[in-house]
Parts: sequence; C-alpha cells; structure tokens
Amino acid sequence: MSTTTSTPGAGSSRPAARRGHRSRRPGGRPHFYRSYGQELALFNTRPKLSGVGAIILVALVLPFMLADNLLQTLALAFAFAIGALGLNIVTGLAGQVSLGHAFFLGVGAYTAAAISGDPDGRTIGFGITNMLVWLPAAGIVAALAGVLIAPIATRLRGLYLAIVTLGLVFIGEHIFREWRDLTGGAGVGREAATPELFGFSFARSNALFTTDQNLYLLMLVLMLVFALGARNLARSRVGRAFAAVRDRDMAAEMMAIDLPRTKLVAFGISSFYAGCSGALIYSVIGFFEPSSFNLLLSVQFIAMVLIGGAGTVAGTIMGALFISLLPTLTRELPAYIPIISGSVTETPNVFQLESILYGLLIVVFLLFEPRGLFGIWIRIRTYWKGWPFSY
Amino acid sequence: MSAPVARLDDVHLSFAGVKAVNGVSFEVNPGELFAIIGPNGAGKTSLFNVLSGVYRPQQGSVRFLGEDILGRRPFRIAAMGMARTFQNIALFEHLTVLDNLMLGRHQHIGYGAAAAFLWRGKARNQELEHRRFVEEIVDFLELEAWRSLPVGLLPYGVQKRVELGRALAMEPKLLLLDEPVAGMNLEETEDTARYILDIRDELDVPIIMVEHDMGLVMDLADRIMVVDFGTPITTGTPAEVQQHPDVIRAYLGEEIGS
Repeated sequence: MSTTTSTPGAGSSRPAARRGHRSRRPGGRPHFYRSYGQELALFNTRPKLSGVGAIILVALVLPFMLADNLLQTLALAFAFAIGALGLNIVTGLAGQVSLGHAFFLGVGAYTAAAISGDPDGRTIGFGITNMLVWLPAAGIVAALAGVLIAPIATRLRGLYLAIVTLGLVFIGEHIFREWRDLTGGAGVGREAATPELFGFSFARSNALFTTDQNLYLLMLVLMLVFALGARNLARSRVGRAFAAVRDRDMAAEMMAIDLPRTKLVAFGISSFYAGCSGALIYSVIGFFEPSSFNLLLSVQFIAMVLIGGAGTVAGTIMGALFISLLPTLTRELPAYIPIISGSVTETPNVFQLESILYGLLIVVFLLFEPRGLFGIWIRIRTYWKGWPFSY
Repeated sequence: MSAPVARLDDVHLSFAGVKAVNGVSFEVNPGELFAIIGPNGAGKTSLFNVLSGVYRPQQGSVRFLGEDILGRRPFRIAAMGMARTFQNIALFEHLTVLDNLMLGRHQHIGYGAAAAFLWRGKARNQELEHRRFVEEIVDFLELEAWRSLPVGLLPYGVQKRVELGRALAMEPKLLLLDEPVAGMNLEETEDTARYILDIRDELDVPIIMVEHDMGLVMDLADRIMVVDFGTPITTGTPAEVQQHPDVIRAYLGEEIGS
C-alpha cells in the first residue's frame, strides 16, 4: 500500500542522523513516497526497477549463449510483440475488438518493402534502404489506413465491430493478391525491407556479430522502445480516456471525452504499431507473399493479447513471446509422442496441432485465467509477498 | 439577481408516444440546490438526460450558462462544466480511484498523444499538477484509504463517494446528482448530506438533485420541483411543496369518493 505525503518539506527538515538511520530499514519494507513524482514514476518501487533491469540484462546476454536459429525466432517474437502491443492498445486498453490487425501489418510491410526495394526490380521500389525512413513511413501509412477505417468502426461496438474488421482482412488479402506491381502477386511475393541504418546492415554478419545476433539485438531494442511508448501512453491522459471508453462509454462522454475521436486515435496508434511490426517481421524473414496477411495472423495477435493479459504491456510481451515460441516447442513433439507426425502430409501433424493449440489456449485462458499470463504473475507475486503466510 | 445557471423552457420529450417529459420549465440560480422529486417513472432521470445532451427533446429550449445547448453533443456540454453522477453507479470499474478522479480532470489536462508517449516535460508536469488537485478531492471526500484500489472492488457507499468525487474533479459549474443516497444507510446518508451542503456552500457549485429520500430533500433543497408522469405539478420552497394538494395527491393517492 502506498502512502503519499503532500508535504515533502516535513521529511527534509529532520536531522541528518535520523535520515541516515531510516535508510537502514529492514529489507523488504516498502518505501514511502515523498512526492507525486516518485509515485507516478514508471518504476515506482525498487523491485520493479531491478526486476526489469535484470530481465533486460539477461536479454542482452542471450545472443551470445543461444544458437542462431533460436535467436532468429526470438528476433521475430520481438517484432511480433510490437504488433501485439498495438492490438493491446485498441483492444486491451480501448476495448475495441479488432480482427483486422493483419491488414495493417500488411500495409506496413508493403510500404516498407516498396520504399526500401530495388528501383530496377520486378516490383515497385524506391531504393531508400535506411530504416529511419522506411520504419516510420510504414507506421504512418498504416496509421492513416487505420484512421480511414476508424469512422466506420466507431459507429459499431462489440461483435459488429469484430465482423467489420474481419471483412477488412479479406479485402486486404484480395488487394495484396491482385496488386502485382507492389506485392509480386500470389505465390510469387517480393523482397521485404532491408534492415539497414546509415549503411550498416543488420541482415549481414560483420566482424562482431552474426546476422541473427544483429537482428536479435535490433529487434530487442526496438521492442523496448515501443513498449516504453505503450506503457507511457497507458498511464497518460490519452490512455486513461481509452480505458474509460472501454469500461463505460456513456460515463466517459460525461467526462468530456469525445468518443469517436478517442476511438479514432486508438485505431491510429494501434495501426502505427501494426505497420511497424509488419515491416520489421518481414525484414527479419527477408521475403513475403500476399497470403501471409490472412485471418490466422489476426487470430495469432488476438491470442497473444488474450493469453498475455489484455490491457497490460508486460503481459502482452509475455503473450507474444509465448505464442511465437510455441511452434519451436511443438516441433519437438514428434520425438516424444509418436502418433504426432512432423510432416505435412500425415494426420495428425504438428502444424494442425499448432492451429488447435492457439484456439485451445484462448479458450483455456479465458475460462481459467482471464487476466492471462500477467494474471498468473500477479498471483505468484501476491503469494510470495505474504510468504510464509497465506494472506 | 444574476442570470440563472441553467434554464429549461417548456421541454417535451416522448419515446414513440410515451411522454417522458411533458412541458417542464425550471431554472437553477447560482448557489442554489434545486431538487426534483416525483414517483418512479415520473421522468426525473429523463430530465437529466435532456440537460446533459443524451436525449434530444422534440420541443422546448435548454440553456446552460446563457447558451442554447439543445442538440449539442454530450461531451461538449460536459466540457462546458456540467457534471453528473448516475443513479446506478457508472464508474470505470477496472481503474483505480485515482484514475477515476483523474478522468474527471480530462478536459483540464491539455497534452496530446505525442507528448503522452514520452511522458516527459509538459505531460509529466501536468500529470503531477492535476494529481495534486485530485488529492484535494480525496481529502475532501475522505477517500485516502481507497486511493489505489480498483473501484470495482470497493463497497457500494464508497463507490457512490468516488463518483461524486469524479464529478467534482471536473470543477463543474453545475452538478447533477441522480439519487445520491439511494441504497445508503442512515449514517452514510448523513455523511452525503454534509458533502452536498459543503459542495454548495464552500465550493459554490449549484446543484440539481433527484432524490427519493424526502427527509434529505426537505432538509437540503432551496427549491423543489415535483413532477408526475412527466408533467410538472408545482415548484417552490420545501414548505410550499409539502402543503400543495396536488403533491399530496400524487404521493398519497386520492380518497375514494372525494
């Protein structure tokens, strides 16, 4: 429980000896906040700061311990996490269920690919390979698409909104398939954006790092930046307005919140994240084709947010890592369970199992832990806070 | 006498033939506590919805702070300074007490999404400044113990208080209270009565209150309007209203054969 004193002067007027004594408090006792700034800080307790610090440290050391193919999976997971953070803003925070996330991913991926693509190639390309250009551009074009869609979406709620955004995925898939100059067409595809920063290419190994180490570190840093932004947004005036619209839209209106505008902003920001995510995911893979942006991709993102914990940034990242690493785990299964086959031609195979698992996990989490992985973490934390007492 | 804060003139509102509000006129003066009473279904909450822009009356005029607000969108009317509480509590249940109160400050906080991402400088300063303001409301309504809990977990009486606090955080120029003591015990009712008087006298906010607790209404209100089936019966001081034969008839019924 936090206690706030509105008079910081009272603390500082105490003799220095007393203060020195107080700093030697028994371990584990909570700090008292002495200013609102302290309480509203991002890491307002020491365990939060050291915990997150330790996780980031481990993440920075990992590339030197793990095999390259696992690093690529993790780099992809981080890129997926950015998209999941975006969906979390519109669905978890603002409460607008969107199944159209794959469409915005596609818009971002194609924008980035077109800007960074070879001008003399088979598909549209402008040859600007600098990430600082194509990454924001991918986000902005996707955000514009989101803002264009939003006026339709803001008139609808719940299931109706889900259906409309579902339609968006199919329209998007069709456009991507038919616009061959941009996308290369169905079954052919095109090169993705090249991850390059002022001539330094992350997609090539250099004296220090291998390709996968490069990409892993790049995606990690980008994900942390996007996560920090999302976290700041959530605790700001804007994020509060989103949550108000989610919890009780009529009361939100009575708080002078403009509902259509707020939903529009939520869709815009969410699509910005999706666009950047799409550009980054395929810049790791290197090549993509129109059928990638289908309903299953949207469902994967929904699964990440729901399984991770809707409305929380840490939970969403956990969910994204979990869902992205799921295939790596299931691919190991044929070795242990003989009836599951590793090849596509036989039934049951691991790929079928994966699709079933997405659905099954959503159902299981919604039934037994609606707060997702984040909820499980809260439970563990609460248990150890009171340990050895049960409450 | 200065101009009225809010004024309704001959307002008619019907839903497909059902007349919810039928020719209601009243005005609320600065510093006044105006009560609306009437049996269930008399159209009291409909009047609140007309005032705050949720319903649009078919006929009549609605003025607030000297401006015609008929047809204005609810969030704009709220931004002008009209705050309200709801009959059935309408808090943001997953948010903490502090966040709920901070949402009351929404229109007073002036940074956008771009600043929110950085949460530095302007955004941080404003958050701190308004947090300080909200803390005064926490103090005023004695919500200290509940500050950082999600409101969905709080007891009913406390939720009612948080909702009142959220409306106050808007620094309203007119406060609409829809049954502020519904479902409260005697002690909580007396506490709320004290808060309402403080709001009127110390914060100098005019109040329109809908309430069924006659003791509370007669004790607190400066003027009372009685409505029945959407039609105004009478308006006057508590003493006048209590003596009015039509009011007695609406509340107690008629003697057979009279």
